[in-house]
Amino acid sequence: MATHESHKKRSGLMDWLTTVDHKKIGILYLLAGGFFFLIGGLEAILMRIQLMEPDSKIFTGELYNQLLTMHGTTMIFLAAMPIIFGFMNAILPLQIGARDVAFPFVNAVGFWLFFFGGLLLNLSWFLGGAPEAGWTAYAPLSTVAEDTGVDFYVLGLQIAGAGTLAGGINFLVTVINMRAPGMTFMRMPLFTWASFVTSGLILFAFPALTVGIFLLMFERIFDANFFNADMGGNVLIWEHIFWIFGHPEVYILILPAFGIISEIVSTFSSKRLFGYSAMVFATVLIGFLGFMVWVHHMFTVGLGPVANSIFAVATMAIAIPTGVKIFNWIFTMWGGQIRFTTAMLFAVGFIPTFVMGGVTGVMLSVPAADYQYHDSYFVVAHFHYVIVGGLILGLFAGLYYWYPRMFNRVLNETLGKWNFWLFFIGFHLTFFPQHWLGLMGMPRRVYTYMSGQDLDGANFVSTIGAILMGAGTIVLLINIVISASSKYATTKDPWDGRTLEWAMPVPTPEYNFAQTPLVRGLDALYVEKTAGNGEMTPAEPVGEIHMPNGSILPFILSFGLFIAGFGFIYANWTVVIVGLGVVLVTMFLRSVIDDHGYHIHKEEVEADIKGGRA
Amino acid sequence: MKKWLQKGRLVSLFAMLALLLMGCGDPTLSALIPQGEVADKQFQLMLISISIMILVLVVVFVLYAFVLLKFRKKKGDNSTPKQVEGNHMLELLWTVIPILLLIILAVPTVMRTFEFSADAKPALKNELSIKVTGHQYWWEFEYPKEELITSQELVLPADTKVHVELSSADVIHSFWIPSLAGKTDTNPGDKNKNYMWFDTGSKTDVVYKGKCAELCGASHALMDFKVRVVSKEDYKNWVASYKAADGKASANANGQQVFEKNCLSCHAVGQEGGNTGPSLTGFGDKDRVAGILEHNKENLEKWIKDPQEVKPGNNMPKVNLTDEEIDAVSDYLLGLKLK
Repeated sequence: MATHESHKKRSGLMDWLTTVDHKKIGILYLLAGGFFFLIGGLEAILMRIQLMEPDSKIFTGELYNQLLTMHGTTMIFLAAMPIIFGFMNAILPLQIGARDVAFPFVNAVGFWLFFFGGLLLNLSWFLGGAPEAGWTAYAPLSTVAEDTGVDFYVLGLQIAGAGTLAGGINFLVTVINMRAPGMTFMRMPLFTWASFVTSGLILFAFPALTVGIFLLMFERIFDANFFNADMGGNVLIWEHIFWIFGHPEVYILILPAFGIISEIVSTFSSKRLFGYSAMVFATVLIGFLGFMVWVHHMFTVGLGPVANSIFAVATMAIAIPTGVKIFNWIFTMWGGQIRFTTAMLFAVGFIPTFVMGGVTGVMLSVPAADYQYHDSYFVVAHFHYVIVGGLILGLFAGLYYWYPRMFNRVLNETLGKWNFWLFFIGFHLTFFPQHWLGLMGMPRRVYTYMSGQDLDGANFVSTIGAILMGAGTIVLLINIVISASSKYATTKDPWDGRTLEWAMPVPTPEYNFAQTPLVRGLDALYVEKTAGNGEMTPAEPVGEIHMPNGSILPFILSFGLFIAGFGFIYANWTVVIVGLGVVLVTMFLRSVIDDHGYHIHKEEVEADIKGGRA
Repeated sequence: MKKWLQKGRLVSLFAMLALLLMGCGDPTLSALIPQGEVADKQFQLMLISISIMILVLVVVFVLYAFVLLKFRKKKGDNSTPKQVEGNHMLELLWTVIPILLLIILAVPTVMRTFEFSADAKPALKNELSIKVTGHQYWWEFEYPKEELITSQELVLPADTKVHVELSSADVIHSFWIPSLAGKTDTNPGDKNKNYMWFDTGSKTDVVYKGKCAELCGASHALMDFKVRVVSKEDYKNWVASYKAADGKASANANGQQVFEKNCLSCHAVGQEGGNTGPSLTGFGDKDRVAGILEHNKENLEKWIKDPQEVKPGNNMPKVNLTDEEIDAVSDYLLGLKLK
């Protein structure tokens, strides 16, 4: 059986490279995602500087196309999704009263795959140029490009995507199997619900991307002809596959933000979520409908009026569950005691902004009118309203809200409010005029526009807004640096929380709950607070706690794929064999080495409880 | 609360400023100033959808503002709010009303979607039909019945329904004339040809701006074209003179020689010449050099001297010509006018 002796405590860098602890992996996701968020944001500001004035010649042609491709790809795959995974890792197991995720080792594999995939993709900047065919990589533009940019896109996303898929499956199993006694599905916090549905979407949507990218890889590296019209292929195959993945991806991104907003609105109104079961049902319904609307990205492709009409009506239908959510948030605040902390400000800023993005979404669902909107700046405005105004505001809210639990410090509220107002005003200044730009005839993804088309003023305003957003983000960075350099210790429950993640002392013990808690209702911690306990009732006596050992294998395995990726990009089969060899050897080692983890003894746990550490 | 209101004012001030700066745009480019039947109906759809949506926005924003102002935590008030589970009546209300609103929107949506694709195919003999082909980074317009091919500039009679067949010679482009009609993609390959129609509107002697709306490479931003709408009579004359045009229209013999030696294999003038590049018939009458630059000799010379400098990634090679030859060929091209 497992022995205590097999456990080595690692420290410093080695600890982070080998960790399988969901809390640490959450921080890794957050750091890596945050880093890529800054790169993607910088790319956006460079583009806005180029578009500030007409006929500008700073970043033109191919270089601009590289910026727009990398901005989109980075923000979606390397910033937004990892930050979401960061919160899911750090918070979800706590919210359901689990000691870890179901597969801690796979969790680490997921993170390192994402990290090396993202690194590979971004190295393209230094190795012959980044991909330039847009984050959608439409064939044949992506297949005829002669440089290696698109190859980096293909291999980078394939590796990162595998990590995402692994993460999604892991959270599905975790939610289904690891809930504490009494934590029924209909008592799960909304963030857990949203993460659960999102993981389901990942399970069904990412394989479509995997297949699409394999086809693209075969077309580019092995001269296949799936999308080559001259050889009997069809360019629309790529568009369909991409959007069959791509539309659910939008909901993969936004549902966790809905979850975060639900938690925060409820906590800072000191009220339980209004219409909880309707909210859960709406989340599931949005996830379900999300798979049936992909053609609304393709209304101008020429699929005919029948297909366009069916997908138009399906798209409109999504507005209904989304509206249900908005009204339930407003009625959660109704009759509450609203506290305007920074987290709450972001949540409150999210609601009207997201509604505006939803409104233009319904407008876009009308195919006959979409012929005007499609691929214009109107679309750019729309999806930034839902992704930045929705998702990113949600993630900022989540960061301020859960920062104390993740980092044992509270972020400064004054700086937080500067962060919010700069970002929020900058956001609307950037993207609101873009609705007009699109309707006034400016196509998207253009590196310049000529003067004399009445497009100058709005573009100028838009750039000013982007700079404000950048300033807001810098305030956040300053806030993080200040908090990191000072030793604030927080109380375990700074916001008067309602859910289980606030039930442990800080720092969170590595085993989370010394005794698995007994859940007696929705908002489990609030239930205990009103019952006068203030603490969770344990569902088990103090006992030995079984923990998994850390491992360097996930890092090495992902690094092997990273090497193989280079081999494929430069069609160097020796490097491919070496890289895949490393992967196979790590898989073999993982299979043959028995690692039963280790136990934390009862006495240690008791000592922790006595010392207030658990 | 005061501080909050001030900030609110600041936001609305910025919004007003942004609105003022914008207006409705260029009347030859903006979808907000429709000039033909299709663009007009599309604009109506925008108005219908935005009206319904503004109704929703107002309800949400009023409720939202009320809640934020009314239910702020007051200092010293430490009472616990009543924990409400929900309200079935309300849930039903905000499910059913949106459904009704969306049904109202769905009816014209489906109607117009079918209308715009009905008999778009250019089959009817008496209608004007055009074959549009997208190239990196220029547009080719073929008039099959009139048997002529132009590039970059589409000349059309007013008050006419135009049937369009769209395809691409290389990657996907998208054909968009915001003033007259929404866009349709041009796909490579015979299987994915697209068809659309639009109406040219009643104005004559007006030049509408056309754009490529699908990322197609380095010079996607520069893939503009022009739509010149003229009276029916002028259109007939234009067709006749275009068909009659040939390389002798320009009097510059020296330039003609240079052109025939170096350019004719790709560019057609009249019935002669290749079709790899845009046709240069009647080049002297065009609106733009390379689709984007102002139409003058200086720009034309700049373009011939270094095409990559003007339109990055385009397929026109840098032809090895002396300054004198470039001068001559430019004069020749600018002299190519229709009679």
